[in-house]
Amino acid sequence: MTSISPPVQPRSVRSVRRGRGSRVEGRGWLFVAPFLVVFALVFLAPIAYAVWLSLFREQVFFGGTEFVGLDNYAAVLGDGKFWESFLRVLVFLVVQVPVMLGLALVAALAIDSARLHAAGLFRIVIFLPYAVPGVVAALMWGFIYGDHFGLAADLNEWLGRKVVEPLSGDWILASIGNIVTWEFVGYNMLILYSALKVVPHDLYEAAAIDGAGALRTVVSVKLPAIRGALMIATIFSIIGSFQLFNEPNILRSLAPNAISTFYTPNMYAYNLSFGGQQYDYSATVAIVMGVITAVIAYVVQLRGSRKGA
Amino acid sequence: MSPTRRRRQVALVLATALATALSACSTGGGGTAPAGGATGTQDAVDAALKTGGEITYWSWTPSAKAQVEAFQQEYPNVKVNYVNAGTGNDHYTKLQNAIKAGSGAPDVAQIEYQALPQFALTGSLVDLGQYGFQAFEDDYTPSTWNSVKVGGGLYGLPQDSGPMALFYNKQLFDQHGITVPKTWAEYVAAAEKLHAADPTKYITSDTGDAGFATSMMWQAGAKPFTTDGKNVKVDLQDDGVKKWTSTWNQLVEKKLVSSIPGWSDAWYKALGDGTIATLVTGAWMPGVLESSVKDGAGKWAVAPMPTYDGATPITAENGGGGQSVLKQSANPALAAAFVRWLNNGNGVKPFLESGGFPATKADLASPAFKDKASEYFGGQQINQVLTAAAGQVVPGWSYLPYQLYANSIFGDTVGKAYAGGTALDPALADWQKALVDYGNQQGFTVTTG
Repeated sequence: MTSISPPVQPRSVRSVRRGRGSRVEGRGWLFVAPFLVVFALVFLAPIAYAVWLSLFREQVFFGGTEFVGLDNYAAVLGDGKFWESFLRVLVFLVVQVPVMLGLALVAALAIDSARLHAAGLFRIVIFLPYAVPGVVAALMWGFIYGDHFGLAADLNEWLGRKVVEPLSGDWILASIGNIVTWEFVGYNMLILYSALKVVPHDLYEAAAIDGAGALRTVVSVKLPAIRGALMIATIFSIIGSFQLFNEPNILRSLAPNAISTFYTPNMYAYNLSFGGQQYDYSATVAIVMGVITAVIAYVVQLRGSRKGA
Repeated sequence: MSPTRRRRQVALVLATALATALSACSTGGGGTAPAGGATGTQDAVDAALKTGGEITYWSWTPSAKAQVEAFQQEYPNVKVNYVNAGTGNDHYTKLQNAIKAGSGAPDVAQIEYQALPQFALTGSLVDLGQYGFQAFEDDYTPSTWNSVKVGGGLYGLPQDSGPMALFYNKQLFDQHGITVPKTWAEYVAAAEKLHAADPTKYITSDTGDAGFATSMMWQAGAKPFTTDGKNVKVDLQDDGVKKWTSTWNQLVEKKLVSSIPGWSDAWYKALGDGTIATLVTGAWMPGVLESSVKDGAGKWAVAPMPTYDGATPITAENGGGGQSVLKQSANPALAAAFVRWLNNGNGVKPFLESGGFPATKADLASPAFKDKASEYFGGQQINQVLTAAAGQVVPGWSYLPYQLYANSIFGDTVGKAYAGGTALDPALADWQKALVDYGNQQGFTVTTG
């Protein structure tokens, strides 16, 4: 083996040179090749495969697979379950994300204000929930929410009647929002806080000389300075909301009738594929959802950067 | 959504492994799609056993480990790799994925009766008829044997069965002067009386469990699912179904059933402290109560399942399953030998020792099994009630060829009626519609009543 390989290598390099014409360009491709291979394998191939899948309809019981073109896409766009789940995460997004980012902003400003005792401790404590695995967090909150045991049950017992029912159909979305907020406030706070840390001190000094108070400094200096970070956090949160899966999926065992198999688009895709073996349709749902998410994130980014300019 | 993450979260949620293992069951059979009916002899199986080899076995039953050890002791030249690939749906999801991927499936897998048609019809299982296993027909109860036959082919050997009975908290019944209900009307009356006497107590809990609902339909004489090749009929409005809903609606609408989800931690606690007074369920329940509801020791008793007329004893199966050989197996004869040993050989003994309820007639009839006094049940010879039930199962029931999927969406439709305390019939109609749509998409021709 070793005696064969040396002559092969120069020849292949030479052929690359010849094929490319320019030596620089050829070498360049060689250097990026490892990245391109990995990129193609782990990024492009799965997407291409999902798109490929979405053009077929397989009937698992009779082994038939037929090419259906864009039929699956037409079906998804007319699928009440899909839109129901989409609207649900949209409502979730519109309510939960501002609340979460608002809290994160307040926390970041407070820690950055240098008026807080033990700011480091607060930073860690607020961030800590993010370090708890999402699955464990959902389980833990499940026990708190339980109205047959847990905190909610105790509260109801103390009040003498059923007032708090976090796992009932009317409450469940808010309950999930509460878990997600608890989990991610710290994470977003860190993004905003690190942006605040790099604001040049001259700006504060200039503001102070101009007679700006603390509040004025926040509004006129700090907020404009961290607009970019706020935008990043918003886009992450939008994507996160559309991908909601762990929390409702785990709470489902405690609230089986309040959370359906198509509660969020991701749960719908998951259950289509692993419950109904409708892999093709599931891939279509995933692609449609991916496109919608990308479009919304892009629009938000566009709006954000235009304001910034 | 990575598989490992999913696996972990399921493992956590379903921390009640044994319980769910036994719960997520129901019986199946009756499909006719594959051209089965192969016949052969057991010579190939005996030869494979002599040669030895290596096989993989996926199962979550509590007795699986002990059985594998006993088998390897008896046949040292065979190596069995035992894998617990998850419980219930988790196990099936992995099995389906391995089958779809074309490699990675085990040689032998545990498959419940309700799930068997799905795997048999998709051509994933070996017809054990080619090894002459039809000869075992007389060894098993008719209902379990019917459940491993799909379209004339034999796709597994039955391991356990779950003829239904009424498990009730005798202490609580005595305390409130409630007599054991013989009819469903008496059961509803008992529910009202108990809840009126103590509003924290419920006759039972039911948040909408497809396995339970279909078993109740089965007992009421319903035949909602019939399969003939590609033709499937779904009729969730037949007289039997209505018979069941007319009883169960009263409990759901008056909120006389507890909303504690089955197999949750709260559920086990409620079974121990009397919050849930009865369970109408399969004969495998005593093992679950003994291992997971220690507080209930001495309180519980077993009676025959209530009926509609109170005269003829009649029941249904709930849960149970067997072991099948996968088509992917490189050594199907050896795999079949293991299945034969498990369910028609020395493997039955460790199964009984771990508290299993058998499908084999001889074991059901043996005095040692039948007359055993159960300490947990205050010395009651519970197996007398349960083995009698095994012979009183309504014949002719069959599950859908896609029952696993059907059960997975039960909560989306019928669950709403349970949550809202409304009549089950319109919700069952919604379920039916979803099942018809899915079947048609999958290439079946689905009709309704």
